[in-house]
Amino acid sequence: MQMSGAQMVIEAFIAEGVETVFGYPGGAIMNVYDEIYKQDGFQHILNRHEQASIHAAEGYSKASGKVGVAMITSGPGFTNAVTGLADAYMDSIPLVVVSGQVPMSLIGTDGFQEIDAIGISRPCTKHNYLVTDAADLPRILKEAFYIARTGRPGPVHVDIPKDVTAQIAEFDYSVELELETYKPHVKGNPRQIKKAMDAIANASRPLFYLGGGIINSNAADEVREFVHKCGIPAVETFMARGVLSFDDDLLVGMLGMHGSYAANMAMSETDLVIGLGARFDDRVTGKLSEFAKNADVIHVDIDPASISKLVNADYPIVGDLKNVVTEMLQQIEKIDADNYESWRDSISNFAELHPLTYHEDSDRLKPQWVIERVGQLLGDDANISTDVGQHQMWSAQFYPFSRPRQFISSGGLGTMGFGFPAAIGVKAAAPEKTSINFTGDGSILMNVQELMTAVEKKIPVINIILNNNFLGMVRQWQTLFYDKRYAETDLSVQPDFVKLAEAFGGIGYRVKTKEEFDAALKDAVEKNVVAFIEVIVERLENVMPMVPAGGSLFNMMLLEKKETK
Amino acid sequence: MIESNERRVVSVIVVNEASVLSRITNLFSGRGYNITSLTVAPIPDSKYSRLTIVTAGSVRVIEQITKQLHKLIPVLRVYEHEDIVEKEMALVKFPITENLSDINTLCEAYNGKIVNVGDTVIIAMVADEPRRVENFLSAIKRYNPKEIVRSGAVALER
Repeated sequence: MQMSGAQMVIEAFIAEGVETVFGYPGGAIMNVYDEIYKQDGFQHILNRHEQASIHAAEGYSKASGKVGVAMITSGPGFTNAVTGLADAYMDSIPLVVVSGQVPMSLIGTDGFQEIDAIGISRPCTKHNYLVTDAADLPRILKEAFYIARTGRPGPVHVDIPKDVTAQIAEFDYSVELELETYKPHVKGNPRQIKKAMDAIANASRPLFYLGGGIINSNAADEVREFVHKCGIPAVETFMARGVLSFDDDLLVGMLGMHGSYAANMAMSETDLVIGLGARFDDRVTGKLSEFAKNADVIHVDIDPASISKLVNADYPIVGDLKNVVTEMLQQIEKIDADNYESWRDSISNFAELHPLTYHEDSDRLKPQWVIERVGQLLGDDANISTDVGQHQMWSAQFYPFSRPRQFISSGGLGTMGFGFPAAIGVKAAAPEKTSINFTGDGSILMNVQELMTAVEKKIPVINIILNNNFLGMVRQWQTLFYDKRYAETDLSVQPDFVKLAEAFGGIGYRVKTKEEFDAALKDAVEKNVVAFIEVIVERLENVMPMVPAGGSLFNMMLLEKKETK
Repeated sequence: MIESNERRVVSVIVVNEASVLSRITNLFSGRGYNITSLTVAPIPDSKYSRLTIVTAGSVRVIEQITKQLHKLIPVLRVYEHEDIVEKEMALVKFPITENLSDINTLCEAYNGKIVNVGDTVIIAMVADEPRRVENFLSAIKRYNPKEIVRSGAVALER
């Protein structure tokens, strides 16, 4: 069928089952927006900044497991989106991002709103395309979706010059993809799997090290079954929160810079790391030479480049986790859960020695209490997004996650301003769940304009602003490592967050006590409109435990012992 | 065991399409890998091109380089060579007043010859293993070379 390049974009989205597109129009992408206006195959959500469009698409993708889609214009529209692309690339989030470009005849002339978009997006996308002929568009769009969601997922950027969106060509989306150079491994090597299972059977202190790849692979059910049948304790990375339920006896906790004492000690004492879809990030390992020093390493990952990148893998297995873990379950009879009983006991002792907790020793609310409280009140009924900073770490530590895709946060890139737009995308993907964004008084201002998006589209995200009048995480480092020289982290000068929410047509609360917080949350859930709940919290609370950057995992700064909580 | 930062030759077969070269060089610069030389040309009768990259790094770095190259979508194959035939070409411009028979003899020793004679300069060409090209270039220093250009290495597995 003959149609314009712009129509092809619409038809391809519909053929891919796209239901929601996030974006912002502009000159070079107007032909495509004109077709969006005419169609009713999907909804378009207008964010108020292109960065927010990408984060919303990320949130949508993480909550739904589908490819997130965003559309932006050339020049500044595109450059605004770069942070989002980089964020999605670091956290392996499948996105297709379509940008407008100046017409072909103007490329290279420094035309109005021209920038070398694919030159900029190259290092922060899985792949990208500049479309020079509308006849290529059906194949390119189909490849883009395929590449985004297969293998190690990631963002794919398609840059389309304005004249190509107007060009008429044949559209046939049934074209077979011929990607001779892209063939992701799916099945793990059976011999390696057998060797790994033997290693588990022979280990005395094995430890599961669960990563975000489990969620990408939709393998949480298989992993839960595997962990339980093995009777082997498990630690989760930040990205893997919710793979095991918070109340799972075998879940030791989150490891890493702000991991629990028990999780970090378990990793330091183990004799066999069973890494599933995790990438040994520096925030996880601390000092590499001391990381799991006496352990062999099994590493299952779909990305060969992640294996033996930082920590040498004795049992490397390249493959899709769901596949590999299913294969491993076939040999489960090799493993006797009783063998690990004393190991489980010693981990319980770690947990009893320094449990993950906090002290209620301030006149002000403790931020950790707020997060725990939301967990008590909403639990499984909420999806939790966060911004970046102390509140993010406390969310990962204290919220009772019970399922994968419940926790949506910017892990690898650490993008302040991620949370609110992501929570909008999460709500669009999962309207039946309450969408909470835990944020700070620093982060929320980085995409605060999304109040308008949420009001216009009636997307009732509840932003819980843990307000300590500081850029808290940087302040924490200044306290600990810079002799309390608080360079540019004091945020005492602030907007009135209640009025700010109201100015956009949302609802605002300022709370200082537990009773006020409960009432505000209840009211916000009932009113079902976008809300700011500003919680005045203790100013100088630190995230503990903490492994100083570059330190060994077992050398943690710990919460001082007190008779409170 | 290979010493750290040993010289290695990596060949990469890529789809011959726009911006593929910058994907490769971006990867090297973005991840802090080193490129000593890089040659690229289309493979006859195919849609592919072959790059020969001379790089240096520890075993782990070289392994990462090959894996990261493989991750690029247009990359078909990556060879990290062990046993190879490797050649490089150099062109050198000399003043015509230098001793031409000496230069010619040296060129012949390094698998080359004088390829162009002008009014004021001659151009000599050699094609040999990169290490030997290096030797040639140091041997001809006394003949006042005016310009030197090296092609970078190309390699084939034996």
